[in-house]
Amino acid sequence: MAVNVIKPGLSTTVQDLGRPGYYNIGIPLSGGMDRLALKAANLLVGNKEGTAVLEAVFMGPELKFAEDATVAVTGAELPPRVDGEPRETWTSFKVKKGQTLSFDFLKKGARAYIAISGGIDVPVVLGSRSTYTLGALGGFKGRKLEAGDKLPVGKGRGAKEGRTIPEKLRRAPGAPAELRMLPGLYWHRITASAGKHFFEDTWKVAPEADRIGYRFRGGRPLEFVPREQPFGAGSDPSNIVDACYPYGSIQVPGGTEPIVLHRDAVSGGGYFMVGTVVSADMDLIGQLQPHTTARFVEVTMAQALKARKDQAKLYEKLKASL
Amino acid sequence: MAQLLSPLPGTFYRKPAPDKPSYKNDGDKVAKGDVIGLIEVMKSFTEVRADAAGKIKFLVDNEEPVMAGQALAEIG
Repeated sequence: MAVNVIKPGLSTTVQDLGRPGYYNIGIPLSGGMDRLALKAANLLVGNKEGTAVLEAVFMGPELKFAEDATVAVTGAELPPRVDGEPRETWTSFKVKKGQTLSFDFLKKGARAYIAISGGIDVPVVLGSRSTYTLGALGGFKGRKLEAGDKLPVGKGRGAKEGRTIPEKLRRAPGAPAELRMLPGLYWHRITASAGKHFFEDTWKVAPEADRIGYRFRGGRPLEFVPREQPFGAGSDPSNIVDACYPYGSIQVPGGTEPIVLHRDAVSGGGYFMVGTVVSADMDLIGQLQPHTTARFVEVTMAQALKARKDQAKLYEKLKASL
Repeated sequence: MAQLLSPLPGTFYRKPAPDKPSYKNDGDKVAKGDVIGLIEVMKSFTEVRADAAGKIKFLVDNEEPVMAGQALAEIG
Protein backbone atom coordinates (compact mmCIF):
# COMPACT_ATOMS: atom_id res chain seq x y z
CA MET A 1 0.00 0.00 0.00
CA ALA A 2 1.22 3.48 -0.71
CA VAL A 3 0.37 7.08 -0.11
CA ASN A 4 1.23 9.54 -2.86
CA VAL A 5 2.57 12.93 -1.95
CA ILE A 6 0.79 15.61 -4.02
CA LYS A 7 2.13 18.55 -1.99
CA PRO A 8 4.83 18.04 0.64
CA GLY A 9 4.07 20.89 3.07
CA LEU A 10 6.95 22.97 4.43
CA SER A 11 9.03 20.22 6.02
CA THR A 12 7.19 16.94 6.45
CA THR A 13 9.34 14.08 7.71
CA VAL A 14 8.89 10.45 8.76
CA GLN A 15 9.43 10.15 12.52
CA ASP A 16 9.04 7.48 15.19
CA LEU A 17 10.36 7.57 18.75
CA GLY A 18 13.94 8.03 17.53
CA ARG A 19 17.31 6.25 17.54
CA PRO A 20 18.92 6.53 20.95
CA GLY A 21 22.34 4.93 21.37
CA TYR A 22 24.46 6.73 18.78
CA TYR A 23 24.68 10.24 20.23
CA ASN A 24 28.24 9.51 21.41
CA ILE A 25 29.32 9.30 17.76
CA GLY A 26 27.38 12.43 16.80
CA ILE A 27 24.13 10.86 15.58
CA PRO A 28 21.26 12.52 17.42
CA LEU A 29 18.12 10.96 18.83
CA SER A 30 15.79 12.33 16.15
CA GLY A 31 12.16 11.19 16.33
CA GLY A 32 9.02 13.24 16.90
CA MET A 33 9.52 16.50 18.82
CA ASP A 34 6.16 16.08 20.59
CA ARG A 35 6.36 12.46 21.70
CA LEU A 36 3.06 12.36 23.56
CA ALA A 37 1.18 13.58 20.47
CA LEU A 38 3.05 11.10 18.25
CA LYS A 39 2.15 8.17 20.51
CA ALA A 40 -1.47 9.34 20.79
CA ALA A 41 -1.82 9.49 16.99
CA ASN A 42 -0.60 5.91 16.69
CA LEU A 43 -2.90 4.58 19.39
CA LEU A 44 -5.90 6.30 17.78
CA VAL A 45 -5.41 4.41 14.49
CA GLY A 46 -4.61 1.08 16.17
CA ASN A 47 -0.82 1.15 15.70
CA LYS A 48 1.80 0.45 18.34
CA GLU A 49 2.84 3.68 20.08
CA GLY A 50 6.25 3.91 18.40
CA THR A 51 5.17 3.27 14.81
CA ALA A 52 6.53 5.68 12.18
CA VAL A 53 4.22 8.63 11.39
CA LEU A 54 4.54 11.91 9.51
CA GLU A 55 5.57 15.04 11.37
CA ALA A 56 4.32 18.14 9.54
CA VAL A 57 5.52 21.53 10.72
CA PHE A 58 3.43 24.73 10.31
CA MET A 59 1.83 23.51 7.07
CA GLY A 60 0.20 20.21 6.17
CA PRO A 61 0.98 18.05 3.14
CA GLU A 62 -1.54 16.87 0.56
CA LEU A 63 -1.65 13.08 0.34
CA LYS A 64 -3.54 10.76 -1.99
CA PHE A 65 -4.29 7.29 -0.65
CA ALA A 66 -3.92 4.20 -2.85
CA GLU A 67 -5.72 1.97 -0.30
CA ASP A 68 -8.23 2.41 2.53
CA ALA A 69 -6.67 3.42 5.85
CA THR A 70 -7.45 4.84 9.29
CA VAL A 71 -5.80 8.19 9.99
CA ALA A 72 -5.44 10.45 13.04
CA VAL A 73 -3.89 13.93 13.34
CA THR A 74 -2.65 15.06 16.76
CA GLY A 75 -0.36 17.73 18.21
CA ALA A 76 -0.87 21.08 16.51
CA GLU A 77 -4.37 22.23 15.51
CA LEU A 78 -3.86 21.61 11.80
CA PRO A 79 -7.41 20.81 10.68
CA PRO A 80 -7.53 17.81 8.32
CA ARG A 81 -9.85 17.47 5.32
CA VAL A 82 -10.75 14.35 3.35
CA ASP A 83 -11.66 15.27 -0.23
CA GLY A 84 -12.33 18.76 1.14
CA GLU A 85 -14.61 17.62 4.00
CA PRO A 86 -13.40 18.72 7.46
CA ARG A 87 -12.35 16.14 10.06
CA GLU A 88 -11.52 16.54 13.76
CA THR A 89 -7.99 16.52 15.13
CA TRP A 90 -7.14 14.01 17.90
CA THR A 91 -9.80 11.70 16.45
CA SER A 92 -9.51 8.68 14.13
CA PHE A 93 -11.16 8.83 10.70
CA LYS A 94 -11.18 6.72 7.55
CA VAL A 95 -9.60 7.69 4.27
CA LYS A 96 -10.72 5.55 1.34
CA LYS A 97 -8.74 4.44 -1.66
CA GLY A 98 -8.47 7.36 -4.10
CA GLN A 99 -9.31 10.02 -1.51
CA THR A 100 -7.06 12.98 -0.72
CA LEU A 101 -6.05 14.13 2.75
CA SER A 102 -5.27 17.84 2.94
CA PHE A 103 -5.07 20.47 5.69
CA ASP A 104 -6.36 23.92 6.54
CA PHE A 105 -4.16 26.71 7.89
CA LEU A 106 -2.49 26.04 11.20
CA LYS A 107 -4.69 27.24 14.09
CA LYS A 108 -2.53 26.47 17.14
CA GLY A 109 0.77 24.76 17.96
CA ALA A 110 3.50 23.99 15.46
CA ARG A 111 3.80 20.27 14.68
CA ALA A 112 1.07 17.86 13.67
CA TYR A 113 1.50 14.09 13.79
CA ILE A 114 -0.25 12.20 11.02
CA ALA A 115 -0.58 8.50 11.85
CA ILE A 116 -1.73 6.06 9.18
CA SER A 117 -2.85 2.52 10.11
CA GLY A 118 0.01 0.12 9.37
CA GLY A 119 2.62 2.88 9.79
CA ILE A 120 5.03 4.45 7.31
CA ASP A 121 7.10 1.50 6.15
CA VAL A 122 10.46 3.05 5.27
CA PRO A 123 13.63 1.02 6.00
CA VAL A 124 14.87 0.86 9.59
CA VAL A 125 18.25 2.62 9.87
CA LEU A 126 20.22 2.14 13.11
CA GLY A 127 17.10 0.92 14.87
CA SER A 128 14.70 3.65 13.78
CA ARG A 129 12.66 4.96 10.85
CA SER A 130 13.12 8.58 11.96
CA THR A 131 14.50 11.13 9.51
CA TYR A 132 17.69 13.00 10.39
CA THR A 133 17.78 15.43 7.47
CA LEU A 134 21.12 17.05 8.36
CA GLY A 135 22.81 13.64 8.14
CA ALA A 136 20.56 12.41 5.25
CA LEU A 137 19.77 9.41 7.42
CA GLY A 138 16.63 7.31 7.88
CA GLY A 139 13.09 8.31 6.98
CA PHE A 140 12.15 8.60 3.31
CA LYS A 141 15.52 8.70 1.51
CA GLY A 142 17.00 10.68 4.40
CA ARG A 143 15.07 13.84 3.53
CA LYS A 144 11.82 15.73 3.93
CA LEU A 145 8.97 14.71 1.62
CA GLU A 146 8.74 16.09 -1.90
CA ALA A 147 5.89 16.19 -4.40
CA GLY A 148 5.72 12.91 -6.32
CA ASP A 149 7.06 10.72 -3.51
CA LYS A 150 5.35 7.35 -3.04
CA LEU A 151 5.33 6.62 0.68
CA PRO A 152 5.26 2.92 1.54
CA VAL A 153 2.69 2.09 4.22
CA GLY A 154 2.62 -1.16 6.21
CA LYS A 155 -0.30 -3.49 6.66
CA GLY A 156 -2.62 -2.76 9.54
CA ARG A 157 -6.32 -3.35 10.01
CA GLY A 158 -6.78 0.07 11.49
CA ALA A 159 -8.96 1.02 14.42
CA LYS A 160 -12.53 2.20 13.93
CA GLU A 161 -13.54 5.76 13.20
CA GLY A 162 -14.35 8.30 15.88
CA ARG A 163 -11.90 7.22 18.58
CA THR A 164 -10.88 10.42 20.32
CA ILE A 165 -8.55 11.73 23.05
CA PRO A 166 -10.37 13.88 25.65
CA GLU A 167 -9.29 17.52 25.55
CA LYS A 168 -7.90 17.54 29.09
CA LEU A 169 -5.34 14.89 28.07
CA ARG A 170 -4.02 16.92 25.13
CA ARG A 171 -1.03 18.84 26.40
CA ALA A 172 -0.29 22.22 24.81
CA PRO A 173 1.99 25.12 25.80
CA GLY A 174 0.46 28.13 27.58
CA ALA A 175 1.17 31.77 26.71
CA PRO A 176 3.86 32.32 27.74
CA ALA A 177 4.94 28.66 27.63
CA GLU A 178 6.54 27.66 30.94
CA LEU A 179 9.63 25.55 30.36
CA ARG A 180 10.98 23.95 33.50
CA MET A 181 14.76 23.74 33.63
CA LEU A 182 17.43 22.39 35.89
CA PRO A 183 20.46 24.73 36.22
CA GLY A 184 23.57 22.96 34.91
CA LEU A 185 27.29 22.47 35.46
CA TYR A 186 28.18 25.87 34.00
CA TRP A 187 25.65 27.90 36.01
CA HIS A 188 28.54 29.49 37.93
CA ARG A 189 29.73 31.19 34.75
CA ILE A 190 27.00 33.84 34.93
CA THR A 191 26.53 36.43 37.67
CA ALA A 192 23.82 36.08 40.32
CA SER A 193 21.82 38.95 38.80
CA ALA A 194 22.09 37.42 35.30
CA GLY A 195 20.81 34.13 36.76
CA LYS A 196 17.88 35.98 38.29
CA HIS A 197 16.79 37.84 35.18
CA PHE A 198 17.22 34.74 33.00
CA PHE A 199 14.18 33.35 34.83
CA GLU A 200 12.36 36.69 35.14
CA ASP A 201 12.47 37.62 31.46
CA THR A 202 9.96 36.58 28.84
CA TRP A 203 11.62 35.19 25.73
CA LYS A 204 10.35 34.97 22.18
CA VAL A 205 10.82 32.05 19.79
CA ALA A 206 13.10 33.09 16.91
CA PRO A 207 11.87 32.21 13.40
CA GLU A 208 14.94 30.07 12.75
CA ALA A 209 14.01 27.61 15.55
CA ASP A 210 13.94 24.08 14.12
CA ARG A 211 14.40 20.38 14.97
CA ILE A 212 18.07 20.93 15.83
CA GLY A 213 17.54 23.74 18.28
CA TYR A 214 14.96 26.23 19.44
CA ARG A 215 16.43 29.73 19.61
CA PHE A 216 14.86 32.35 21.86
CA ARG A 217 15.45 36.10 21.97
CA GLY A 218 14.20 39.20 23.72
CA GLY A 219 15.51 38.67 27.26
CA ARG A 220 18.32 40.71 28.78
CA PRO A 221 21.88 39.58 27.83
CA LEU A 222 23.62 37.42 30.45
CA GLU A 223 26.60 38.89 32.26
CA PHE A 224 29.51 36.52 32.85
CA VAL A 225 31.72 36.16 35.90
CA PRO A 226 35.13 37.43 34.69
CA ARG A 227 37.81 34.78 34.31
CA GLU A 228 40.90 34.03 32.30
CA GLN A 229 39.63 31.65 29.58
CA PRO A 230 41.09 28.16 30.17
CA PHE A 231 43.39 26.51 27.63
CA GLY A 232 41.32 25.09 24.77
CA ALA A 233 38.34 27.38 25.26
CA GLY A 234 37.47 30.11 22.77
CA SER A 235 37.94 33.77 23.65
CA ASP A 236 34.29 34.71 24.15
CA PRO A 237 33.19 34.53 27.80
CA SER A 238 30.39 32.15 26.72
CA ASN A 239 33.00 29.69 25.42
CA ILE A 240 34.11 26.63 27.37
CA VAL A 241 36.52 23.81 26.67
CA ASP A 242 34.45 21.57 24.33
CA ALA A 243 31.90 19.47 26.17
CA CYS A 244 28.97 17.15 25.49
CA TYR A 245 25.65 18.83 24.77
CA PRO A 246 22.72 16.93 26.29
CA TYR A 247 19.32 16.82 24.55
CA GLY A 248 17.41 19.71 26.13
CA SER A 249 20.52 21.66 27.12
CA ILE A 250 20.36 25.45 26.83
CA GLN A 251 23.42 27.13 25.37
CA VAL A 252 23.64 30.90 25.18
CA PRO A 253 26.29 31.93 22.61
CA GLY A 254 27.62 35.38 23.50
CA GLY A 255 25.17 35.45 26.42
CA THR A 256 22.38 36.81 24.24
CA GLU A 257 20.09 34.18 22.68
CA PRO A 258 19.37 30.89 24.48
CA ILE A 259 19.16 27.83 22.21
CA VAL A 260 17.47 24.67 23.51
CA LEU A 261 18.84 21.66 21.64
CA HIS A 262 16.07 19.34 20.44
CA ARG A 263 15.72 15.93 18.73
CA ASP A 264 18.26 16.60 15.91
CA ALA A 265 20.77 18.17 18.33
CA VAL A 266 24.49 18.50 17.75
CA SER A 267 26.25 16.36 20.33
CA GLY A 268 29.00 18.66 21.51
CA GLY A 269 30.77 21.98 21.23
CA GLY A 270 32.30 24.94 22.96
CA TYR A 271 29.41 26.97 24.37
CA PHE A 272 28.51 26.97 28.05
CA MET A 273 25.04 25.71 28.96
CA VAL A 274 22.93 27.41 31.63
CA GLY A 275 20.95 24.25 32.23
CA THR A 276 18.69 21.64 30.71
CA VAL A 277 14.95 21.71 30.02
CA VAL A 278 13.25 18.79 31.79
CA SER A 279 12.30 15.92 29.49
CA ALA A 280 8.60 16.38 30.33
CA ASP A 281 8.59 19.85 28.74
CA MET A 282 10.48 19.04 25.54
CA ASP A 283 7.14 18.10 23.88
CA LEU A 284 5.87 21.64 24.55
CA ILE A 285 8.86 23.21 22.78
CA GLY A 286 7.97 21.23 19.65
CA GLN A 287 4.61 23.04 19.62
CA LEU A 288 5.96 26.61 19.83
CA GLN A 289 5.39 28.87 16.84
CA PRO A 290 7.86 31.60 15.93
CA HIS A 291 7.30 34.89 17.81
CA THR A 292 5.37 33.18 20.63
CA THR A 293 6.53 33.72 24.20
CA ALA A 294 8.17 31.44 26.76
CA ARG A 295 9.67 31.63 30.23
CA PHE A 296 12.20 29.37 31.89
CA VAL A 297 11.19 28.11 35.33
CA GLU A 298 13.86 26.83 37.72
CA VAL A 299 13.31 23.37 39.20
CA THR A 300 15.28 20.98 41.39
CA MET A 301 16.23 17.44 40.37
CA ALA A 302 13.39 16.11 42.57
CA GLN A 303 10.89 18.37 40.80
CA ALA A 304 12.28 17.36 37.39
CA LEU A 305 11.84 13.67 38.21
CA LYS A 306 8.33 14.34 39.49
CA ALA A 307 7.54 16.14 36.19
CA ARG A 308 8.75 13.08 34.29
CA LYS A 309 6.53 10.84 36.41
CA ASP A 310 3.52 13.12 35.88
CA GLN A 311 4.11 13.05 32.14
CA ALA A 312 4.19 9.23 32.22
CA LYS A 313 0.96 9.23 34.23
CA LEU A 314 -0.68 11.53 31.70
CA TYR A 315 0.23 9.03 28.98
CA GLU A 316 -1.20 6.14 31.04
CA LYS A 317 -4.47 8.09 31.39
CA LEU A 318 -4.47 8.80 27.68
CA LYS A 319 -4.04 5.08 26.93
CA ALA A 320 -6.78 4.16 29.39
CA SER A 321 -9.17 6.66 27.76
CA LEU A 322 -9.18 4.68 24.50
CA MET B 1 -11.61 42.38 -2.57
CA ALA B 2 -9.97 39.03 -1.90
CA GLN B 3 -7.70 38.62 1.09
CA LEU B 4 -4.38 36.91 0.56
CA LEU B 5 -3.66 34.75 3.62
CA SER B 6 -0.27 33.71 4.96
CA PRO B 7 0.32 29.97 4.51
CA LEU B 8 2.86 29.92 7.37
CA PRO B 9 3.79 31.56 10.63
CA GLY B 10 7.08 33.48 10.52
CA THR B 11 8.48 36.83 9.43
CA PHE B 12 7.03 38.56 6.39
CA TYR B 13 9.33 40.33 3.94
CA ARG B 14 8.14 42.54 1.15
CA LYS B 15 11.45 42.55 -0.71
CA PRO B 16 13.70 39.76 -2.05
CA ALA B 17 16.76 41.18 -0.24
CA PRO B 18 17.37 44.10 2.17
CA ASP B 19 18.99 46.23 -0.56
CA LYS B 20 16.37 45.43 -3.22
CA PRO B 21 13.09 47.27 -3.90
CA SER B 22 9.78 45.80 -2.74
CA TYR B 23 8.17 43.14 -4.93
CA LYS B 24 5.00 45.21 -5.08
CA ASN B 25 3.74 48.51 -3.69
CA ASP B 26 0.26 49.52 -2.61
CA GLY B 27 -1.86 50.19 -5.66
CA ASP B 28 0.28 48.07 -8.04
CA LYS B 29 -1.50 45.70 -10.37
CA VAL B 30 -0.71 42.06 -9.72
CA ALA B 31 -1.43 38.95 -11.76
CA LYS B 32 -2.37 35.60 -10.27
CA GLY B 33 0.89 33.80 -9.40
CA ASP B 34 3.01 36.97 -8.94
CA VAL B 35 5.37 36.85 -5.97
CA ILE B 36 4.34 39.55 -3.49
CA GLY B 37 6.60 38.68 -0.54
CA LEU B 38 8.51 36.06 1.44
CA ILE B 39 7.87 34.27 4.72
CA GLU B 40 10.95 33.31 6.70
CA VAL B 41 10.72 30.40 9.09
CA MET B 42 13.19 27.63 10.09
CA LYS B 43 16.01 29.23 8.07
CA SER B 44 14.06 28.93 4.84
CA PHE B 45 12.17 31.47 2.76
CA THR B 46 8.84 30.61 1.17
CA GLU B 47 7.49 32.78 -1.64
CA VAL B 48 3.99 34.14 -1.23
CA ARG B 49 2.13 34.38 -4.53
CA ALA B 50 -1.01 36.30 -5.41
CA ASP B 51 -4.01 33.99 -5.65
CA ALA B 52 -6.06 36.53 -7.59
CA ALA B 53 -5.48 39.39 -10.05
CA GLY B 54 -6.11 43.06 -9.35
CA LYS B 55 -4.77 46.01 -7.37
CA ILE B 56 -2.88 45.12 -4.21
CA LYS B 57 -3.05 46.77 -0.80
CA PHE B 58 -0.73 45.44 1.91
CA LEU B 59 -2.03 44.83 5.44
CA VAL B 60 1.33 43.79 6.92
CA ASP B 61 4.61 45.73 6.92
CA ASN B 62 8.05 44.54 5.92
CA GLU B 63 9.72 42.33 8.61
CA GLU B 64 6.51 42.00 10.63
CA PRO B 65 5.78 38.72 12.42
CA VAL B 66 2.77 36.89 10.98
CA MET B 67 0.66 33.89 11.95
CA ALA B 68 -0.63 31.18 9.59
CA GLY B 69 -3.96 32.24 8.10
CA GLN B 70 -3.34 35.95 8.77
CA ALA B 71 -4.35 38.34 5.98
CA LEU B 72 -1.21 39.76 4.32
CA ALA B 73 -2.84 41.86 1.61
CA GLU B 74 -6.07 42.62 -0.19
CA ILE B 75 -6.27 42.12 -3.92
CA GLY B 76 -9.17 43.40 -6.00
